[in-house]
Amino acid sequence: MKKRRGNPDIEPGAPSTFGAVATGTEGDRAAGPGRGAELADLREVAVHAKPYYADETTIWSWLSTTDHKRIGIIFFVMTSVALLIGGVLAMVLRLEHLTPDPTVMSAATYNQVFTLHGVIMVWFFLIPSIPAAFGNFFVPIMLGAQDVAFPRLNLATVYFYLVGLIVTVVGLVAGGADTGWTFYPPYSSQTFTTLVPILIGVFILGWSTILTGINLIVTIHTLRAKGMKLMQMPLFVWAMYGVSVIQVVATPVLGMVLLIISLDHGLDWGFFDPARGGDLILFQHLFWFYSHPAVYIMILPAMGVISEVVLALSHKNPLSYKAIAYSTFGIAFAGFLTWGHHMFVSGMSTFDAGVFGVLSMFVGIFSAIKVFTWVGSMYKGSISLRTPLVYVFAFLFLFVFGGMTGIAVAATSLDVHWHDTYFIVAHFHFIMVGASLTAWFAAIHYWWPKMTGRMYSEAWGIAASILVFLGFIATFFPQFLLGNGGMPRRYYYYPDHFQALHVMSTAGTWVLALGMTIALIYLIFSLFYGARAPMNPWGARTLEWAVPSPPTRHNFEVTPLIEQDPYDYSNPLREVRPNPLYDPELERHRSTERSP
Amino acid sequence: MNEFLRLILYLPKQATSLARDIDQLHYWVIGITMAGATGVAVAALWFTFRYRRRYEGELTPQVQGGFALEMAFISSLAILFVTFWVIGFQQFIRIRTPPKDAMVVYVTGKQWMWKFAYPEGPSTIGTLVVPVDRNVKLVMTSRDVIHSFYVPAFRVKQDVLPGRYETFWFRAEHQGLYKIFCAEYCGLNHSKMWGDVLVVSPEDFDRWLRGTAVEDLVNLPAGRDRQVVATFDDPYVRRSPFGVVLEGRPLSMADRGRMVAERRGCLSCHTLDGQRHIGPTWRGLWGREVSLATGETVRADEAYLTRSMMDPQVQLVAGYPAVMPTYQGMLEPAEVGAILELIRALEAPLPTGVRYPSPLMEPPDRPPLSHVDPERAQQNRDLPEEGVAP
Amino acid sequence: MYTPRVQPFFEDLEKQRHAAKLGMWIFLGSELLFFAGLFAIYAFYRTLYPETFQLGVDHNSKLLGSINTALLILGSTMVASAVNFLRLGQRRIATWLVAATAASGVLYIAIKSTEYGMHFSHGIYPGGVGHFFAENPDPGFPVFFTTYFALTGLHVIHVAIGVALLGWKAWWIRRDRVDPTGAYRLGIVALYWHFVDMIWLFLWPMFYLLGTQR
Repeated sequence: MKKRRGNPDIEPGAPSTFGAVATGTEGDRAAGPGRGAELADLREVAVHAKPYYADETTIWSWLSTTDHKRIGIIFFVMTSVALLIGGVLAMVLRLEHLTPDPTVMSAATYNQVFTLHGVIMVWFFLIPSIPAAFGNFFVPIMLGAQDVAFPRLNLATVYFYLVGLIVTVVGLVAGGADTGWTFYPPYSSQTFTTLVPILIGVFILGWSTILTGINLIVTIHTLRAKGMKLMQMPLFVWAMYGVSVIQVVATPVLGMVLLIISLDHGLDWGFFDPARGGDLILFQHLFWFYSHPAVYIMILPAMGVISEVVLALSHKNPLSYKAIAYSTFGIAFAGFLTWGHHMFVSGMSTFDAGVFGVLSMFVGIFSAIKVFTWVGSMYKGSISLRTPLVYVFAFLFLFVFGGMTGIAVAATSLDVHWHDTYFIVAHFHFIMVGASLTAWFAAIHYWWPKMTGRMYSEAWGIAASILVFLGFIATFFPQFLLGNGGMPRRYYYYPDHFQALHVMSTAGTWVLALGMTIALIYLIFSLFYGARAPMNPWGARTLEWAVPSPPTRHNFEVTPLIEQDPYDYSNPLREVRPNPLYDPELERHRSTERSP
Repeated sequence: MNEFLRLILYLPKQATSLARDIDQLHYWVIGITMAGATGVAVAALWFTFRYRRRYEGELTPQVQGGFALEMAFISSLAILFVTFWVIGFQQFIRIRTPPKDAMVVYVTGKQWMWKFAYPEGPSTIGTLVVPVDRNVKLVMTSRDVIHSFYVPAFRVKQDVLPGRYETFWFRAEHQGLYKIFCAEYCGLNHSKMWGDVLVVSPEDFDRWLRGTAVEDLVNLPAGRDRQVVATFDDPYVRRSPFGVVLEGRPLSMADRGRMVAERRGCLSCHTLDGQRHIGPTWRGLWGREVSLATGETVRADEAYLTRSMMDPQVQLVAGYPAVMPTYQGMLEPAEVGAILELIRALEAPLPTGVRYPSPLMEPPDRPPLSHVDPERAQQNRDLPEEGVAP
Repeated sequence: MYTPRVQPFFEDLEKQRHAAKLGMWIFLGSELLFFAGLFAIYAFYRTLYPETFQLGVDHNSKLLGSINTALLILGSTMVASAVNFLRLGQRRIATWLVAATAASGVLYIAIKSTEYGMHFSHGIYPGGVGHFFAENPDPGFPVFFTTYFALTGLHVIHVAIGVALLGWKAWWIRRDRVDPTGAYRLGIVALYWHFVDMIWLFLWPMFYLLGTQR
């Protein structure tokens, strides 16, 4: 057996402190072309097929690709760039808060920076980060399909994202918005900053989101490999299904809101102008009707990733598959009923506030079901402590903490004190960064071997994950205390006695940034110098681990036969065989056909 | 116990009994939150240790979740969450229901100041004077965009909207000075739209209603912040036992003009050192030809300046937004004169390179009463020697 | 001769057709939610200003509104039959029907523009601008007409997109000599046109019928 370059940890068969790495299947490919119709497993057909990124290597082949895997990689790169931009904006914001007085920028600039930070992070990073990158890449493979239902539409979503991002950045440069990402009128109608390009940029991005959602829903319904029932799909696919439903239903309402604010700001149509009979709270209802489900768009994919990683690294079936699958839709549904909890002090009636408060409690129940099931699934498992699992621990602590502070603010009286203070900022960053971003990191570290065919350094992986976790706590925990003390959000100046906590929070961002930079470095390093990944480094049972690392252009040269449950760890790993209903010769002919 | 938890959770003083009750709920909810998160993480870590992988290819049993256990877990959580909500919502109803006997104060939020008007007649900018142990109801509206009236010590806030009235009530049980923040983003100086609630004894409140200046209320309580009114070394200025500097005889009308300008919020928008801000600078303004938005030019004399204070929209200066409020009825004639004297005193330009210690766009403004600390007061000691009439 | 090709990842043409239809239905669902925001605004403001909204409705021309309704319904009927004819192989008739539907859309747009012109001449512009609002100071009027312009304007944009799609399809049927199995691709565009029609069937009573004289 060839000795692999790079990380000795993954010498197949070699024991490590936390358990073996490669189980059973190796990356070694069987020799022997022309074996005919007798195929023992799918790997053999792929002998001479190239990885998806080497299939064609011209720039045009990437720009015009309809391969869902390449599209997933493109989205991964684009969302990482958005994360970088949004992250730099965040670091600059925190730098400003080192002193209570002006530090590095003026108030006008500060207002623009926090607005852009919110806009870019929410719409250009968090919402597409997992669905558009990992969803696109893995949902077809997990279903045993060769691509998504509408590959050209998939390509279109890439360009909608790109154009949306460019238009937004142009807006930023041209004197960007200073309204906050929530664009409340009347300030948004009156502000002197150029709002409209940013609104249009996000509107265009919305098409990317909606079309991705449609693509995934249709793929799930029509392209599952024969024999795979809905209740046999991997849980990540369920999460993608739930998130796509929310995307399709909620994003259009956002589009409408953006359009209306553009008309109000740009042409002074005065939809919500009290002097012209308008109602300001109506805007808030419409905006939050989208934006609350939006936060579930940001968390459901993360939960899907956690489901996969927990089960794969614990080598264990879920405590209750149905609980996770149904609670996904429970969250999606209940999430549409709770938007008013952003408006307890806006001038809504007391009765409405009560209704929204109690409904918000119920969403928490569905999330609790998932947490219970994840932790319960580890019971009697065979757990291997690797980098993705470290991120899962971070997720569990931060998600439960952040989620329960959500329950806390739903206890209506408490929110009256906390609303529009740093407590709320801390709460949503615990979920968005502590849970969603952490899960994104978990997804990267879990699926990196499959996407790139390389292994990263495990030691550096764990080091970075710990830095990210500690940096995160240092950044955002003090913000809970700031909020308790009454420090309002979107504040440029602040009373002097808050300074110590602000300085602590800013120092935390440096640790967080360091951890993330280290991760970036070793991941890129692994692309060139990392050991070649085996087909199934985690020994998992879902279908993406039955194709080569990285997959070939069409994923499966032959339609797979669905024999093993995606989480059946009580039986040894079976090689995935081709489905005998399909003639391999015909399949090969079909799979090399290019789509028009 | 209450004090201990309040301090470690960084909560402000509890100035009302409602604040105390809200904090009680807070302690329970946060405690359970922390316990829950820690418990989940510890359970996961324990399982990782206890069920660590012993050899490659190790198989695991198919464990199907105890439905009963899951139901028990979910039900107890649901009951817990709904209990939080029941208690919280009852408190919320109390927050939202002003008592019938509450005294009324009218509040106007405006970029970027709070104005208070009492039915009995007086009106203030920035300081809400109320008697202790009395129900107070604020009836609030906004002049322009959405603001939010927030007093952390009361644990209550209420958004303030243009075109409608919102109410906010409280009953302060301890005398003192409590910060007001604007908690809904409202533009450039959102983070400086501060104020104070000054809770005094009923006797002091009556004296204030009848015309005593705020600074002269000798029974002013000692707030946690040191409160400094005057901003210069002045033999006529002294500290009272309560930490408030009482206004003595100022040095000149220009000095008094400076104090008025600070207290009335003029320096939120106008600078004294020549830097352009929301409004035109007063440095070098006196006697200058000013270009108006209509295209005319006008000379900045007493008449123009007085008109600008009383009816600002009539003669807007070109290139500036039309955001200045009117001060009609808000300034005594003597105060108007003092401001005019101040502007006259600033006629000469500063020597090049001299700037008041703040970057462009940030005037050395001073928010109301409680927020000036001695260091910043030091910075503001900048009236020029020349041009000041003794 | 155009015959639809089965993409390699679909089992057969039937699955592919099903997928295309499902995709279009979900897309139309999202479009419905897009309009829903404006419908919610209308409903809210109507509850706030019931009499003013009725007066505003009176101001719109029932005649022109009804002609528009007839045009759109006629168009929907024509494009639905076009799909049928194409399935039967009658390409020529299908092409003409599709073109006629597009023409009905163009006529719709022309009538709508006339209506807007009429409003402008009465001093009714979006945003409560115009001498009408000076003469009728009731606060419900600006929101009524602004909502009217927003909803009908958005709808007109969708009609224009529909017209473009129909024109393209008419040309495609003729040029590519489409096989009956490809009729579903016309069917998808026809679905879009039906959706546009459906939205109008709500706008018609909202802005033309629910006035003081019922």
